[in-house]
Amino acid sequence: MTLDAGRCPNGHLTYPTHPRCPECGEPQEETVDIAGGTGTVLTWTLATATPPGVRSPNPLAIVEFDVDGESVRALGQLTDEDVETGDEVRPVHVEELREPGAGIRHPDSQDWDGYRFEPV
Amino acid sequence: MEEVAIIGASMTQFGERDAWLADLLSEAGSECIDDAGVAPGEVEHLYVSNMASGEFEGQTGVMNVLAHDLGVMPAYSQRVDQTSSSGGAGVLAACQSVASGTSDVTLLVGGEKMTHRTTAEATDLIASITHPVEYKHGVTLPSFAGLTARHYLETYDAPREALATVAVKNHRHGVDNPHAQFRKEIDVETVLESPVVADPLRLYDFCPITDGSAALLFCPADRAEEYTDEYSVVTGVGGATDTHVVHERENPSVMGAVRDSSATAYDRAGRGPGDVDVAELHDMFTILEVLQSEDLGFFEKGEGWRAVEEGRTEMGGDLPVNTSGGLKSKGHPLGASGVAQAYEIHRQLTGTAGPRQVEDPEVGLACNVGGFGNCVITTVMEAAR
Repeated sequence: MTLDAGRCPNGHLTYPTHPRCPECGEPQEETVDIAGGTGTVLTWTLATATPPGVRSPNPLAIVEFDVDGESVRALGQLTDEDVETGDEVRPVHVEELREPGAGIRHPDSQDWDGYRFEPV
Repeated sequence: MEEVAIIGASMTQFGERDAWLADLLSEAGSECIDDAGVAPGEVEHLYVSNMASGEFEGQTGVMNVLAHDLGVMPAYSQRVDQTSSSGGAGVLAACQSVASGTSDVTLLVGGEKMTHRTTAEATDLIASITHPVEYKHGVTLPSFAGLTARHYLETYDAPREALATVAVKNHRHGVDNPHAQFRKEIDVETVLESPVVADPLRLYDFCPITDGSAALLFCPADRAEEYTDEYSVVTGVGGATDTHVVHERENPSVMGAVRDSSATAYDRAGRGPGDVDVAELHDMFTILEVLQSEDLGFFEKGEGWRAVEEGRTEMGGDLPVNTSGGLKSKGHPLGASGVAQAYEIHRQLTGTAGPRQVEDPEVGLACNVGGFGNCVITTVMEAAR
């Protein structure tokens, strides 16, 4: 299991990966797994009106990681409702973040496992 | 660009409607061509702004449905989908069709039928615009709003009450709009005591789920007076796209596509933010009205909340925003909203806005946001000279 960010030849980093770098248009040629690191909560919310197949309430955060001086962000569920902006968190793998097929998106069109963020 | 006039405008009652989409579209479309005194056979292009009729009710090909129901065959017809900014994208398409000389009479009708779905279903359907890495976490548009509102309040040290004041203002404006879904005043306490939807935002920070339709009729500006004395002129339209993945934006409190689309619209119109007398902004969530008021250049970044608290954006202020009641009280039938924004500005510029008329506005602006700022259309409109 990995949490792969994409890197282009100019060193720009994005999560998720894209065929071409959104900043410079160069193809992204390598990936960097950020699952082993820790990040900082940039902002968070506690969503209570959640769609079919999603836990309620659903605490979410945008987390900023530092990879060799380059910043990259990821959005994800939190393991804990007790989180504040600036807290340090780490990715924890979860087999199923929401119930595949309960919502409108076709269950085979994407994967459903991923990483929640847990306070360090 | 050759200038394009709006010579007819209409909107249906917004709210919970028994009618399905085809009937909503034909209600607005029919009233619009009557408003302009144009025969259906004169329409050369028909655009239908709609996000998701197939997903909401199982009716696709709605441009063909409406063309037949209005009797505008053999006009060229096309459905325009740009999610929540479908209406604005329709304004851009309609203006292009006229300015390019391809069509001398273009009808634009925007509409959506939503209220037969549960809130959870509608929320999921709209959240289906998100990237797979967002969707699997159960991210919704309201949760993007919660994340952004917290970032804005913490970064710019803004009080939570200022966002509630946006809702209070727009509800007050909506009282004077007979087409609005809600015509009821609320106070700051009502907002702050309503249930949490996406902390720090609560129920009254969000627009409702709505059925409705709105329509506009366009022709070359130099021919407008052949049809009517009551017309407005679209002097600049700009469209821009921001990242699909919302967290990839450098500053979560900046709406890049609002900045970029308005730069284009201002440039084409030869106008700037200081020229705008009245504006309709996309207040799907209270925080979005504040962000747009900054990114359109009306106020400095981080200062938009002060303008709201000082009453500068209410009726009687120096820049009234959302005189229609906004999406917040008027309602937000996705594909109709951008058309209804231009409808309101048209009414203001032609002096036909009734009890919500701003005094002699010359320049109006509409900002229609798709997704969470993913696609934005900004339109500058002016009173006939």
